[in-house]
Amino acid sequence: MDEANMRVDRTSKSDSERRLSTLVRHLGASCSPSHTSISTEQFENSKISLSPMAAFGSVFANVVQAPEDPILGVTVAYNKDLSPLKVNLGVGAYRTEEGKPLVLNVVKNAEQSLINDPSRFKEYLPITGLAEFNKLSAKLIFGADSPAIQENRVATVQCLSGTGSLRVGGEFLAKHYHERSIYIPVPTWGNHPKVFMMAGLKPMSYRYYDPSTRGLDFQGLVEDLSAAPEGSIVLLHACAHNPTGVDPTPEQWEQIRQLLRARSLLPFFDSAYQGFASGSLDKDAHSVRLFVADGGELLMAQSYAKNMGLYGERVGALSIVCKSADVAGKVESQLKLVIRPMYSNPPLHGASIVATILRSPELYHEWTVELKAMADRIISMRQELFNALQAKGTPGDWSHIIKQIGMFTFTGLNKEQVAFMTREYHIYMTSDGRISMAGLNSKNLPQLADAIHAAVTTM
Amino acid sequence: MAFRAMISSHATQQSKWVPSAGVARQMSSWFGHVEPAAKDPILGVTEAFLADPSPDKVNVGVGAYRDDNGKPVVLECVREAERRIAGNLNMEYLPMGGSSHMIEESLKLAYGEDSDFIKDKRIAAVQALSGTGACRLFADFQKRFLPDSQIYIPVPTWANHHNIWRDARVPQNTFHYYHAETKGLDFSSLMEDIKNAPNGSFFLLHACAHNPTGVDPSEEQWREISHLFKSKNHFPFFDMAYQGFASGDPERDAKAIRIFLDDGHLIGCAQSFAKNMGLYGQRAGCLSILCDNEMEAVAVKSQLQQLGRPMYSNPPVHGALIVSTILGDPELKKLWLQEVKGMADRIIGMRTTLRENLEKLGSPLSWEHITNQIGMFCYSGMSPEQVDRLTNEYHIYMTRNGRISMAGVTTGNVGYLANAIHEVTK
Repeated sequence: MDEANMRVDRTSKSDSERRLSTLVRHLGASCSPSHTSISTEQFENSKISLSPMAAFGSVFANVVQAPEDPILGVTVAYNKDLSPLKVNLGVGAYRTEEGKPLVLNVVKNAEQSLINDPSRFKEYLPITGLAEFNKLSAKLIFGADSPAIQENRVATVQCLSGTGSLRVGGEFLAKHYHERSIYIPVPTWGNHPKVFMMAGLKPMSYRYYDPSTRGLDFQGLVEDLSAAPEGSIVLLHACAHNPTGVDPTPEQWEQIRQLLRARSLLPFFDSAYQGFASGSLDKDAHSVRLFVADGGELLMAQSYAKNMGLYGERVGALSIVCKSADVAGKVESQLKLVIRPMYSNPPLHGASIVATILRSPELYHEWTVELKAMADRIISMRQELFNALQAKGTPGDWSHIIKQIGMFTFTGLNKEQVAFMTREYHIYMTSDGRISMAGLNSKNLPQLADAIHAAVTTM
Repeated sequence: MAFRAMISSHATQQSKWVPSAGVARQMSSWFGHVEPAAKDPILGVTEAFLADPSPDKVNVGVGAYRDDNGKPVVLECVREAERRIAGNLNMEYLPMGGSSHMIEESLKLAYGEDSDFIKDKRIAAVQALSGTGACRLFADFQKRFLPDSQIYIPVPTWANHHNIWRDARVPQNTFHYYHAETKGLDFSSLMEDIKNAPNGSFFLLHACAHNPTGVDPSEEQWREISHLFKSKNHFPFFDMAYQGFASGDPERDAKAIRIFLDDGHLIGCAQSFAKNMGLYGQRAGCLSILCDNEMEAVAVKSQLQQLGRPMYSNPPVHGALIVSTILGDPELKKLWLQEVKGMADRIIGMRTTLRENLEKLGSPLSWEHITNQIGMFCYSGMSPEQVDRLTNEYHIYMTRNGRISMAGVTTGNVGYLANAIHEVTK
């Protein structure tokens, strides 16, 4: 209240008087032919009065500062730390053995050829994005010989990486699907519930991670999805589950598929790590292709952030596999209505790079080699960390480090242990115990092993 | 239960996987009821144009600049910026709010190089997905923090404005803007509507080069609008998609905004680099909200970021790098200013030529508005039926509201266009 009063006092009487007289002066000025203005008398007789609010400030004065995003906030904290020993195992962005970000050679080459092409323009893409990119992306995830593609049953739209694909898919479902509930595994990427809530869906949960085994709680998963109302949407991580790194086996995937189809649950896949998990693009797409092969429908959010290192370019695609080509056409037309009021059409640069690579057999092959190298480095870091903890005799079973797959390891460390590691060892990671293996290298791995050992034995 | 038994019995079968018969026996699609969506009126025009095999076809539909040969243009300053960027920088995620360098340069352009508001850190600003993305973020922000507020939108406006605030679930009203008889501004009705709106209403204003009409208030009129806004305590939200592109001078095109700032308004502003830097497909833009003080600006920015995160996490880096490279380098910025003036001058020249041609053809109508209006678009005043004739008989493509994209007019097609317009309007 005091602050509000202060504002009034600062805006003195003479200020308001000055403004009013300026207004009168302007309104009383001689009319120019191109417009009519009201005369001084008209003004004085009019209903305009100085609004009591005029002296006050912003209409957004009551907006409170939002908390830091838990994941991106880790990097913010890391950047503030002045210690030369600091290690960033927060955000899932790949780092080389030297701890540097990586732009793939094949991406650099693709970008150069785009820039050197004088005939290339930067016009608006269609609302659905770069057509060639869309076709190639669908082939990449579903397989070139996929019957769904051959039968033109897939509606694919370019979106802003995985996040954008999930959001557009979510908004489409909120508008056109008969069920609002979306079942999300526990735990999941922190942004998932927010994306779906903003889209107009209702996030529910199903059991996924078993802390006691640091593996999959398959029984819990089956129970929870069996109890979900028919027609509910189910979010599935296609491979390399984020944050746990725990994936179903192929046999378990088959059982999940049968369960979902039997209960008419709609699968919504999030594929952020194709090729990045095992090193093989086809192997990492197995779960998705399983579902497509049975002829049923599904949604698929695809990201090129990690597997092509295109993070900031925001490249991804949403595909909706439909029962018929006719339905796919109508679905695509409705997706445009979701996208247009959000950002009109997607960004050109990253999609052009992807299309350049995917359409060329040589560049495609080169990409698979670089991709496998990234995946292999991470797998070797897993092995090294496991070996280091074994060598130290760190109490506990650490085999989950080598059983889990993909960029992240769910260490099983608790909030207090994590805080301890940050404080004492300058290890930056999310408080749920997740570490990004991509941030590890032979230089900083010993420090992490020390930190884990200390945390587990001290706390 | 029986179902679980079925699952475990399947689990023991180790043989080659075969899709279980009947499991995916969904009789029909979940999405079979989905209606085909109506085509976007603006982007649909280009689609139709591309499909037309006629050699005479002219596209004066979508607002993308063309040179005098009818070709799209990549500015030299943009090509140079890209050469500097490629291979030298990584592609890591930008922060949620986008590139701080790009934001800094965008604000200088909109608020003034030496703006005190920038010095005092009173502006909450985030990188956005061009103008659309900036408007959408603002609409979402308005919905979340002032859920009872509405938005007043001029008639007519860019069609997508309605979609944006609708999808953000912010109720809409309209205010008078275009005067069909004079093909100019309906100033008195506009002022009436501003006066009659409840105090503290939110208004969408086109900062310059109104889309689709090309009709802008004069400087004098902007001052009067600003004063009336002040007495009503209305919130001015500026959509500035054509800074530099309208008059050829970015400072001049920002005049309306500067008038409002001088009058003490706390404005919101959506900026786009799609047209003035030719970065269309890169989706480069900025949303800014002027706050009371630095603390509030920090809070507001943090909340804008929270709205971007569940939409796309963080904005695309490439376009941002181009903008900040150009605006941050005095030589490149100078080149850009020359190039943007070149584009504006060509359009102004085409306006003059089109009008002259129509007058020479002896058209009984007045075509003054072609040169009175400013920016990329000319609101010709033609009816939908006349537009249809232009398309069907002359292969000339434009939106059915009679809006002509002057950027699509060239010395090569202006005569043909004038003749066709004369034929359908005489």
